Amino acid sequence: MAKAYDAGVKEYRDMYWTPDYVPLDTDLLACFKCTGQSGVPNEEVAAAVAAESSTGTWSTVWSELLTDLEYYKGRAYRIEDVPGDNESFYAFIAYPIDLFEEGSVVNVLTSLVGNVFGFKALKHLRLEDIRFPIAYIKTCGGPPAGIQVERDRLGKYGRPMLGATIKPKLGLSAKNYGRAVYECLRGGLDMTKDDENVNSQPFMRWRDRFEFVGEAIQKAEQETGERKGHYLNVTAATPEEMYKRAEFAKEVGSPILMHDFLTGGFTANTGLANWCRENGMLLHIHRAMHAVIDRHPKHGIHFRVLAKCLRLSGGDHLHTGTVVGKLEGDRNSTLGFVDQLRESFVPEDRSRGVFFDQDWGSLPGVFAVASGGIHVWHMPALVTIFGDDSMLQFGGGTQGHPWGNAAGAAANRVALEASVKARNEGREIEKEARDILSEAARHSPELAIAMETWKEIKFEFETVDKLDVA
Amino acid sequence: MPSNEVGDYQTAHTLETFGFLPKLSQDEVYDQIAYLIAQGWTPAIEHEHPSKSADHYWTMWKLPFFGEQDLNRVVEELDACRRSYPDHHVRLIGYDNYTQSQGVCFVVYEGRG
Repeated sequence: MAKAYDAGVKEYRDMYWTPDYVPLDTDLLACFKCTGQSGVPNEEVAAAVAAESSTGTWSTVWSELLTDLEYYKGRAYRIEDVPGDNESFYAFIAYPIDLFEEGSVVNVLTSLVGNVFGFKALKHLRLEDIRFPIAYIKTCGGPPAGIQVERDRLGKYGRPMLGATIKPKLGLSAKNYGRAVYECLRGGLDMTKDDENVNSQPFMRWRDRFEFVGEAIQKAEQETGERKGHYLNVTAATPEEMYKRAEFAKEVGSPILMHDFLTGGFTANTGLANWCRENGMLLHIHRAMHAVIDRHPKHGIHFRVLAKCLRLSGGDHLHTGTVVGKLEGDRNSTLGFVDQLRESFVPEDRSRGVFFDQDWGSLPGVFAVASGGIHVWHMPALVTIFGDDSMLQFGGGTQGHPWGNAAGAAANRVALEASVKARNEGREIEKEARDILSEAARHSPELAIAMETWKEIKFEFETVDKLDVA
Repeated sequence: MPSNEVGDYQTAHTLETFGFLPKLSQDEVYDQIAYLIAQGWTPAIEHEHPSKSADHYWTMWKLPFFGEQDLNRVVEELDACRRSYPDHHVRLIGYDNYTQSQGVCFVVYEGRG
């Protein structure tokens, strides 16, 4: 029998709190950390989040009766205490897959983290995790190449790759910039990177940079016999300009491009990833603006969600922090989202902040990029934390070497290979770091000098965004 | 040993992974073979003339040694390949059929070329 129209304001929980609901395999699931205004029951807050991020609005409307809201509505199906926190709780919400356009993380985020984050009944709201159903993942393009294809194209196996961001990050002329790239690559780095701030400023226009960098890559490849690359940053003011720069990067012979996925936006990123797939180019993804969104423990979006969205939108490398360097990053939490980038299945694991099983199906993997305030002494720890499918980037730790970039690059490469070799021999390389590096330095004056230069540098501050534990 | 003097870094022609380490001893090669077999990977050997070392494809020495658990057999094959092609580079690979990639790949013997 059809329902009668009953105008007015109802409690959200009447319709959107469904503790008996068993989520479907095709549902998109989300976990929010909610902090309600005092006096509002948790069930009502959870239901409000479910409603406002799906079909609901504050007042009943007659046109709801023209559709099957029981099919389309989001459902708050579970709430849980946050360990060690009396104020907040986790709300688990299931959304039917038909609420979302296929292949559009833009659409998913617009729904899940749209108006609801400004909702007055909430003090704070944080999206902790999303379980994307495999049915939805199959509609997304994902990484243009992926880990396996990138390794095959570059012929680099059995070790992390080495990179560096070219410094100073602003102010070099195109020719001097290409010099810095060439020196790093001839010394043994696999790739170098444009700083994210470098787009096309008056001191160095993009076209000039691309030409000199193209020559640097080719010369280094000829002289070393190894394949090289430089992430040419094509992040630009408009999509049209971005594609123009991408075309020229391909023309000068770089195997890889770079994009900033948050400041550039997911629409631009997904389009560029598709372009890269069609043009045989790799795509390096930087994450400027992420800490604005993900660092506060009670409000915003956890980086594991942004990382999952990037894997769906497309990118072959993604910055993840270093755990040991100058930037924020808890070890277990970092390992949790590094798994989301690289594995084909990641099981729920609260000790790593993973709230759901996540099946990635056949979507290619993304290299984890560790960059920011790291140097040779960190190498054994980095190899242990990040494993082989990673890109370790030493900017100051390469170019700050007393003999210059090439020697700095060689020092890092020796330290990397010594660490990998020792790991394969079954040694505990984090514990034996000093011995392993000292042994390697006996054959490498470049490494010996690097070890002397950076022996005192540490970045030991408390992490702001910790995992929730009692 | 570090001094204030700036050294001259000469570009090295290298052959990828472990190319920046001193040549591995027999025992060290043995350890790497043990590692790749312990990972469940398949050992394989390839060789190529140094003038063509940048090619993706080198010539295979026989077939990958599927199911091989005996480290000495792999060492024997490496040596046999080197004896047959003394001018060629010889590299050892560990095929990972789960990732459909190579878990290990490094040059064991450098050819006289």
